[in-house]
Amino acid sequence: MEIVSRPHARNLIEWAKDKPEVVVLSADLTGSCEVDDFRDTYPDRFFSMGMAEQNMMGFAAGLAREGYTPFIHTFAVFIYRRPYDQVAMSIAYPNLRVRLMGFLPGITTPGGVTHQAIEDIAVLRALPNMTILECGDATEVESVLDVAQAVDGPVYVRVLRGQVPRLFPKSEPMRKGLARVLRRGTDLTVLSTGICTEEALRATAALAYRGVSIRHLHVSTLKPFNAAEALDAIAGSRYGVITMENHSIIGGLGTIVAETLAEAGLGKKLVRIGLNDTFAHGASRPYLMKKYGLDAMALVRAVERLTGERLDLTEDDLAEVRLDSVHSDAKVEAL
Amino acid sequence: MMNEPTLETRTWQDETRRVAHGIRRRVLEHTIDNNGGYLTQACSAAETLATLYVRVMNLGPSEAPLVPEPFPGVPGPRNPHYFTGARYNGPQAPHLDRLIFSPAHYALVLYATLVEVGRMAPEGLAQFNQDGSTVEMIGAEHSPGMETTTGSLAQALSQAGGIALARKLRGDSGRVWVYMSDGEFQEGQTWEAFQALAHYRLDNVGIYVDVNAHQCDGLMTDVMNIEPLKEKLEAFGARVFQVDGHDVEALAAPAELAPDGRPLVVLAYTQPWYGLELLKEREPKMHYVRFKSEAERDRYREALERMTSEN
Repeated sequence: MEIVSRPHARNLIEWAKDKPEVVVLSADLTGSCEVDDFRDTYPDRFFSMGMAEQNMMGFAAGLAREGYTPFIHTFAVFIYRRPYDQVAMSIAYPNLRVRLMGFLPGITTPGGVTHQAIEDIAVLRALPNMTILECGDATEVESVLDVAQAVDGPVYVRVLRGQVPRLFPKSEPMRKGLARVLRRGTDLTVLSTGICTEEALRATAALAYRGVSIRHLHVSTLKPFNAAEALDAIAGSRYGVITMENHSIIGGLGTIVAETLAEAGLGKKLVRIGLNDTFAHGASRPYLMKKYGLDAMALVRAVERLTGERLDLTEDDLAEVRLDSVHSDAKVEAL
Repeated sequence: MMNEPTLETRTWQDETRRVAHGIRRRVLEHTIDNNGGYLTQACSAAETLATLYVRVMNLGPSEAPLVPEPFPGVPGPRNPHYFTGARYNGPQAPHLDRLIFSPAHYALVLYATLVEVGRMAPEGLAQFNQDGSTVEMIGAEHSPGMETTTGSLAQALSQAGGIALARKLRGDSGRVWVYMSDGEFQEGQTWEAFQALAHYRLDNVGIYVDVNAHQCDGLMTDVMNIEPLKEKLEAFGARVFQVDGHDVEALAAPAELAPDGRPLVVLAYTQPWYGLELLKEREPKMHYVRFKSEAERDRYREALERMTSEN
């Protein structure tokens, strides 16, 4: 599997080349959000706003009213917690074209509880006019800009930085409202988002080897959520559905799927993998994923719960799974 | 138009004072009729808003209907019918000024101003706080004269900063005027905004502040002191003028100066009972006037009659 170094850094510069309306605002996390090269390449389109997120949201709103498309760059947690009122009233109410690029979502940061955005989707999903996208690999980091830019309103993006795996081929960009079908099966459906998809892929390969037939969908558009697509998958699953997300189980993908099932009257069991209504703490990502049950083994356990069968898979079995980039058959399905 | 000045005989100062008097009279009348209103804000802000509209701001003619249209629904991708209250301040053009109105609870005062300067019909004021109207009690960006949604205080200045930055990038000559209340200087965001205005040398922003020294809970010196405001703002890099907020010439003068790289601030020191001494009895609770008895209301009716005959 290819690992891409700082995919956003190069891609944004190239993408913004012929888009003079695109400006970047940063709150003292410019290198940390991979826009230092953008700053150096287009110094007149980069605005350092200092550690003042509330004001930054207002400036972005004003720039958007004047026809610019501000791309706010900061850690995900600093986009929605401190300046929530400003996001709501200065940006979301007037439906302005501001792109909120949230880095280090969930437990991808070792920065501890202050730096971990664990209820961002829950909070921002409740905001009218807000679109929510989440990147699961380098291809999605590269292609999310087009998806976001096509939205006539504010967009919140959970972005991945640093060494990012390429799970999906470059030729298959993120598409709004369309999940990637990564595996087809009839026992159960797995819906995963963000970094959990890589973990899920590890588990589903091993589970398939043990004879569990799984339909696996990678979701990148959390709002508006494509309910029909999810329902279609879940309706054809014998045991039910498992959601897997780098977020609290309250208010994110798990909740979205629960609402979708209930509204459709589809009586299937749901197991939600995610932070189980808990804060996390500062540590490495693999440690946190294991400790809080967001990893491949957590999915194995959830499958056991749903099917009532013990699968006797070990950490070693999962570690042995070799991940190649996965061609999604979403394109075929869309035809 | 009824309120149009005859320029041959009236100076801008006369016209500004007439508008200010009209603002007080209309808000007093409204407060009596509805047994409630933001009356002290009219008394403190009348000269400042009159000066902005008559003398300071370079606005084009209103593009909105004299009688405001009903609420068009909230903005969003599925509502093509939404409109902005900024249409009352004329078109947007590179050479024209903008008004970003921060204390949305001063809406009644702003509406009265629009009536007095001929941008809204008096019938518009009658729609105040009526269901389905855009003439809302705490206005939002569809309300006459408003461009932003700033009922959650201290959010306007940052938005004005973004607008001013965009206008600088484009090379617009028009300025961005911001009207603020002094209570907003208790919010951290205000200081974040000043920090950024100074950093980006946004001298196309001019801020008029109603320093009436009162807030919802009472005197600001009791609730949370903000003074010395001039020194604090200067330390933040602003160009600050402290003026008598009821003196129209003093209010207008700083706006005549050529911009010098610093955001301009005019601290208009005002009295929330100015022009209506009766209000003084309500000290220190001046934020919202609701009459305690019919007798009290009658005394305000008498004041209104006197005010009307002075006109």
